Amino acid sequence: MGILVWILQHFWTLLVVGFVALVALRIAWRFRKYGATRAELSYVIRRSPFYLVVLVFCLFAAAPFLIMFMHSFKTDGDLYRRPQPFVYRQEPTLDHIEALFNNTAYLDFIRNSVVVGVAVVIITLILSLPAAYALARLTGRWGERAGILMFLVYLVPPTLLFIPMFRIVVMLGLKDSPWALIVVYPSFTVPFSMWLLQGFFKAVPPELEEAALVDGYNRVEAFLRVVLPLSLPGIVSTIVFTFTLTLHEFIYALVFIADTRQRTLSVGVPTELILGDVYFWQPLLAAALIIAIPVGLAYNLFLDSLVQGFTMGAVKG
Amino acid sequence: MASVTGLSNPRAYLLDNRRFVGIMFLLPALVYILLLVGFPFLLAIAFGFSDVTVGNTDLSFVGFRNYEAVWENNIFRQVFGNTVMFTLVSQFFILIFANILAIIFTQEFTGKWFARFIFILPWATPVSLAAIGWLYMFDTKLSPVDYLLLQTGFLGPDGVWGPGRNLLWLARPALSQVSVIFVQVWRMTPLATVILMAGLSSIPTDILDQAEVDGSRFMRTLLQIKLPLILPIMVIALLFSMITMFGDMTVVYLLTRGGPIDYTRILGLYSFQIGIEGGNLAQGAAMALFAFPLLLALAIVMLRVASRAEVR
Repeated sequence: MGILVWILQHFWTLLVVGFVALVALRIAWRFRKYGATRAELSYVIRRSPFYLVVLVFCLFAAAPFLIMFMHSFKTDGDLYRRPQPFVYRQEPTLDHIEALFNNTAYLDFIRNSVVVGVAVVIITLILSLPAAYALARLTGRWGERAGILMFLVYLVPPTLLFIPMFRIVVMLGLKDSPWALIVVYPSFTVPFSMWLLQGFFKAVPPELEEAALVDGYNRVEAFLRVVLPLSLPGIVSTIVFTFTLTLHEFIYALVFIADTRQRTLSVGVPTELILGDVYFWQPLLAAALIIAIPVGLAYNLFLDSLVQGFTMGAVKG
Repeated sequence: MASVTGLSNPRAYLLDNRRFVGIMFLLPALVYILLLVGFPFLLAIAFGFSDVTVGNTDLSFVGFRNYEAVWENNIFRQVFGNTVMFTLVSQFFILIFANILAIIFTQEFTGKWFARFIFILPWATPVSLAAIGWLYMFDTKLSPVDYLLLQTGFLGPDGVWGPGRNLLWLARPALSQVSVIFVQVWRMTPLATVILMAGLSSIPTDILDQAEVDGSRFMRTLLQIKLPLILPIMVIALLFSMITMFGDMTVVYLLTRGGPIDYTRILGLYSFQIGIEGGNLAQGAAMALFAFPLLLALAIVMLRVASRAEVR
């Protein structure tokens, strides 16, 4: 806690000093490796505009998250009275974070989101793994057409469908139940993951399947025992992105579920932690940041794989 | 080979048949999707021609009355205009930023991993949670942006934008529109960037090597080789983010609820407010359907452009 207080009180200074120190270290390291020559110096200078552009974009992207972090620990007096958003005039406090977990439905939101996400991922995989393989390898022209149809379906936005969907959900008696979301979400996760998986399957050399067929496997076995294990990294990244798609979804979750305890994160946090015009900023901002960081890390970890899937699906498709 | 085994064992023959297995693999997903999207879609059209409300469950046919009512509704016209304007203006900026960022992130540089993590955050964060961050940034009294402007002398008694101490980002007509577009650009640029990165990394390296051997400099390689080659992907990126934006109401729902007056009201939000909050399902559905021909035309044109560019 002591260290956190110190970091928060010197947040912006630390940020700037830390950045400058890292840059200085990096340049020093280059000088040590290649010698502090004139050529080396001019290289550093030539490269610096590039880094400046990167820095500007990063600040642009990170601004609200830095603010979220800064403000999650402010006392009410510090936040609301003659606001000075960039400094701590009072000792930082963990009270609001504790309140977020203990006195609000935040943990329920997390649990609901995880339940919905996992269930949707399972349904999506069962449906899209074989379908994507069929599109990638088994079907010819009509498969291609079916693929384009799927793509077009993905383009039908939820804003167009939520009203009839709401009606169907009510008729099925699923209103206010996470099951409503579990049933409806595959409508966009299946086309998405089919498109991605198709790319990964195309990257598997067809010779391997042919060898399996010659060895006496049938098509289904070749798919299960050869293609699936080889595309495992692609499948993992498909799981990650499918899960986050469900985490992001807002409109269906807002329309189908009105019961606080049953809501998911994306709707629960902004609707239940805001009461009319009263914003509880510290828990709100903390709640957003706590979700943003792990999802961001997961995206970054699997980004290369996503790019690869896109490439194979789009370019060779 | 398949036919030989097939003579003695019909089951093995079927599992070896490319066509049969293909159909069996594809069918479940196809049926699920068509039921889940096709049925509500038809229902949306039926709703559009009916007088259904949340309370009244039976559909009775009322012809084009809903569509006429929607079309004659002045608010709807502004809402439609807003939607198109927001989409086009933000796409313009998204495309510029995404191109720059895609070129940056397909190169190697120190700190790339961390920079990429930061730049991807706006897209990775669930939209509604990111909107909370901006809600605070644009707050009437607490806004940190206003505080910076105050300190630098743009706001306050002597400021250019003064004498107020706050800009009221979300309460003024033009400024609220700028804020909404800003947030959309902020959160959608990474998606377009990632798609463009896919395009850039799919350019065969021998083409780039050849260009380098021929003495092509960075800008020339970029303008004459890379950009033309990724044009189809750029179209796909554009299509994706346009459709995503067109179908999104989260940002405006949380930031402005469509206000001030109707300046930031967009189609998705309006049909939500009429259809769900107002309980008039029929008119809400009719409203949402107005977007469909536009989206369909957009998708067809772009798929055409993309496939033509690919052939060439």
